[in-house]
Amino acid sequence: MATVSLKKLVKRYGTVEVVHGIDLDVRDREFVALVGPSGCGKSTTLRMIAGLEDISDGALEIGGKVVNDLPPRARNISMVFQSYALYPHMTVRENMGFSLKIAKRPQKEIDERVEAAADILELKPLLERRPSQLSGGQRQRVAMGRAIVRQPEVFLFDEPLSNLDAKLRTQMRTEIKKLHSKVQSTIIYVTHDQVEAMTLSDRIVIMRDGHIEQVGMPDEVFRFPATRFVAGFIGSPPMNLDEAVVDDGKLVFASGDSLPLPAQFHERVTVGQKVVFGLRPDDIYPTGHGLSSADTTDIHQLDLPVSITEPLGNETLVFVGFNKRDWVSRMLNPKPLAAGEKIAMSLDLSQAHLFSAETGRTLRG
Amino acid sequence: MKLRLPAPILLLLPAIIVLVAVIVLPLLLSFYSSFTPFRLTRPETLWTFIGLRNYINVLSNWDFWVAFGRTILLLTIALNAEMFLGLGLAMLVNKATHGQRLLRTLMMFPMMFSPVLVGFQFKFMFNDNIGLVNNALQSLGLTDQAIPWLINGNLALFSIIVAEVWSSTSVFAILILAGLLAMPQEPVEAARVDGCTPWQTFRYVTWPFIMPFAFIAMTIRSLDVARAYDIVKIMTDGGPAGRTELLWTLVGRTAYSDARMGVANAMAYVSIVLSILFTVYFFRKLAAARQQIGAEW
Repeated sequence: MATVSLKKLVKRYGTVEVVHGIDLDVRDREFVALVGPSGCGKSTTLRMIAGLEDISDGALEIGGKVVNDLPPRARNISMVFQSYALYPHMTVRENMGFSLKIAKRPQKEIDERVEAAADILELKPLLERRPSQLSGGQRQRVAMGRAIVRQPEVFLFDEPLSNLDAKLRTQMRTEIKKLHSKVQSTIIYVTHDQVEAMTLSDRIVIMRDGHIEQVGMPDEVFRFPATRFVAGFIGSPPMNLDEAVVDDGKLVFASGDSLPLPAQFHERVTVGQKVVFGLRPDDIYPTGHGLSSADTTDIHQLDLPVSITEPLGNETLVFVGFNKRDWVSRMLNPKPLAAGEKIAMSLDLSQAHLFSAETGRTLRG
Repeated sequence: MKLRLPAPILLLLPAIIVLVAVIVLPLLLSFYSSFTPFRLTRPETLWTFIGLRNYINVLSNWDFWVAFGRTILLLTIALNAEMFLGLGLAMLVNKATHGQRLLRTLMMFPMMFSPVLVGFQFKFMFNDNIGLVNNALQSLGLTDQAIPWLINGNLALFSIIVAEVWSSTSVFAILILAGLLAMPQEPVEAARVDGCTPWQTFRYVTWPFIMPFAFIAMTIRSLDVARAYDIVKIMTDGGPAGRTELLWTLVGRTAYSDARMGVANAMAYVSIVLSILFTVYFFRKLAAARQQIGAEW
């Protein structure tokens, strides 16, 4: 059993607190992604789990045992680093077998386990090379191989794909997903890329400024963001967010533009309350060019001027002017549009979000 | 007719003239004189060619081989001691979280002193009557004798080694520290996660990385020590009874005290072979170590 529990985990550097008592339970064999902008404390948290950073306060349990004061080598973990961190003076084979050699395993066992890992990662032809003779993607695979050879209880990934180019990143993402289904270990994966987090993980932990903003399944954090921050962070292109004031049955924006108050929030807001209105690009589209598969829809029609378009082939991102800002909308089956042209837009208000302008928390309840 | 030299040669000419005048000519002259019985007191001997006789004399001269052996002994002990101390110092300074810059500067102080001054300083410290070392040992009650540091043959060589090590450990420390600072931290962290104890981390990850830096220091210092002269000259002048005579003090004595310039030059050329051998050896090691860590410099 390799559960990982963070209990009120705190990290301080001198007097500066960077991780503020976070709680998190990672289940056995679960793939959890820590995601957030840089400086949010996700890497620090991972390094505390690895034992590379001291824990200032709180408790860390791996497999039900408090490991706060254990050195990394006693925690039965493997870590894959952003910069691969291969040993430059060792061949791929030696790199992968190093931890077993240190653990004084018999040579035969080392060979078998290295070969097995090399098989999984298709590294067989590269075993006798040195890291300097490998490409970035190959190095990353070796780093993963080194991690799986140990057969640890927990894998830690620290932005493993950030140094790869876009194409390779997509490819390695698939590899990591396959790897997880093969090795069946608990994985904690740090990334700043929400797409990676969404595609790979069973659960996502969104962090900001040393706090956890929301924990949930990818679909959950996408559809029901708990805070304004999560709403803006998860999803690409990001959710349109704008401040408004609740009036009688409608939302009035700063420029005077207004929208009807979405029905699902009627009971949850009071007149005069300051809120943040959020609508995903998928839920605002040129009429006739959108997703209309949602079970319940509450379409509001509006004529808005086009400012710019970003054609992506199968769809076009259309930026339309609303409340003196550009709102991004996703246009399926695109047709050419001219800048300045006024077009009919459909806003599916049943999918709209409202957050408290004060606390940033969702008003969905 | 005007002589027209190509521009590159013309531009390099000042440098070439200076180099020829101060390096090539003296080198050729000294090499030539090693084939003559040239004595400073009898200038006309410079024109007597005696073939390899000087070399035969030198190579069959027991004193020369003793000095040769002693130089290698000094080199081995001093370089190893400097290596270990320098490594230790570099690791400690690398650990320092505050005032690392100050420590680095302090560490270089011994290198700023002229070797002659270092010689005088240690000659004073190791003096058997008024020296600091004996004073300290006696005050601490470790001995009630006046230990004859510079008078006993073995102790004298030891004292010279101490002076050498004191003045030059920082060469190792600085270069190894440079290696440590340039070293990426991730492999070290990977090693810790991979199950290494601090010692194993050093042995398998840190050391291979800083080895090239250590070899550079070794090369520099082996050349330095192989031509050791000033500290020895001041501290013991090869004494007592030739027990600290090194290659270059012997060469110097033969050339100037005995005025046998021809023989001295022959000795010098044999000695240079020693330095070349050490340089080749360490550069090979360096190249191998660099290749091993896949260094890109």
